[in-house]
Amino acid sequence: MMKKSLVQYIIPVFLITGIVFAANYSNDKDSGYNSSGTNETVAHENYNTMMDVLMSPRCINCHPNDHTPKQGDDGHPHYFGMSRGKDNVGYEATKCATCHQTENNDYSGVPGAPEWSLAPTQMLWEGLTRKEIAESMMDPERNGGRTPEETMHHLTEHELVLWAWNPGVRADGTPREKPPVSLEEYKKAVKEWIENGAIIPED
Amino acid sequence: MNISFHINGKPQSVEIADENTPLLWVVRDILDLKGTKFGCGKAACGACTLHVDGEAIRSCSYAVKFAEGKQITTIEGLGNEQNPHPVQQAWIEEIVPQCGYCQPGFMMATAAMLDKIPNPTDEDIDNNIINVCRCATYYRMRKAIHRAAEISAKSKSSIETQTTSS
Repeated sequence: MMKKSLVQYIIPVFLITGIVFAANYSNDKDSGYNSSGTNETVAHENYNTMMDVLMSPRCINCHPNDHTPKQGDDGHPHYFGMSRGKDNVGYEATKCATCHQTENNDYSGVPGAPEWSLAPTQMLWEGLTRKEIAESMMDPERNGGRTPEETMHHLTEHELVLWAWNPGVRADGTPREKPPVSLEEYKKAVKEWIENGAIIPED
Repeated sequence: MNISFHINGKPQSVEIADENTPLLWVVRDILDLKGTKFGCGKAACGACTLHVDGEAIRSCSYAVKFAEGKQITTIEGLGNEQNPHPVQQAWIEEIVPQCGYCQPGFMMATAAMLDKIPNPTDEDIDNNIINVCRCATYYRMRKAIHRAAEISAKSKSSIETQTTSS
């Protein structure tokens, strides 16, 4: 009788202990704090928000893996054989600025922004994974010698980058696609991601 | 709004309601200079090419507000029958045009290129002269561009000789 009664108490105690342990273990995982105190989950959310933007055609099209700018949401090669030229702004007499001015032209559908140009060759992103782009972006050898803080300012303040949220209309008058995240969310995500150590998770 | 600029060397002011009106329409419809042509209207064909401060510009995609204070040159200002620009002279010699509609744009693009590359290679021409010609006069244009470079070089050398001897 005593034996049966002990089993009746012990089993629920183990069960409850197990459930509490499992629940706490799960909470720890969700909270995402690692031993260094960094909130990994938030960092990864920021990273994903930022990369959703940087992987969009509005960004990738001007970070080609060759010398040809890309166009459209399908990233097709720029028509008429336009290429980067010596200084990333086209050829001697036919430059980006032959057609692209400092703001969008809604009559012709030609996009424009200050300093319209291709990203330099070492900043190629086209065809890279999110992780590879993030690594490239934080590598001074490939990001124009920028510190993380300078990269943050470039990503959140440069007029050509911000053009992605004001991309104008296509030649047929329909609005060009914007990145999938609002500018405010993007800026917040980039700032927090860099301030928290720019952790790049595995793909 | 009022916009002032120089066109073909002469000062000009225009009163325009929409500052984003393409320069092409100001040049053609207000200033009545019909040499610059409308082709595609989306900066793709180059028929509307003219010069703004010496740079080739597709005027169908250039808001007139950007022309404030600038020097604009159209095909009418490049040269004339009595004193043709080397590009115009070469175009005549090589009998380049067929229908001729796109040719002013090509000539303006070529003149801009020769200012920067006086003796262009075929690769330079391929890179810089990317306008569109429905009559496919590209072969004759290539010859004319090389010929224009020769005429320009001779003209410069003759001016230098005159300067030295005087």
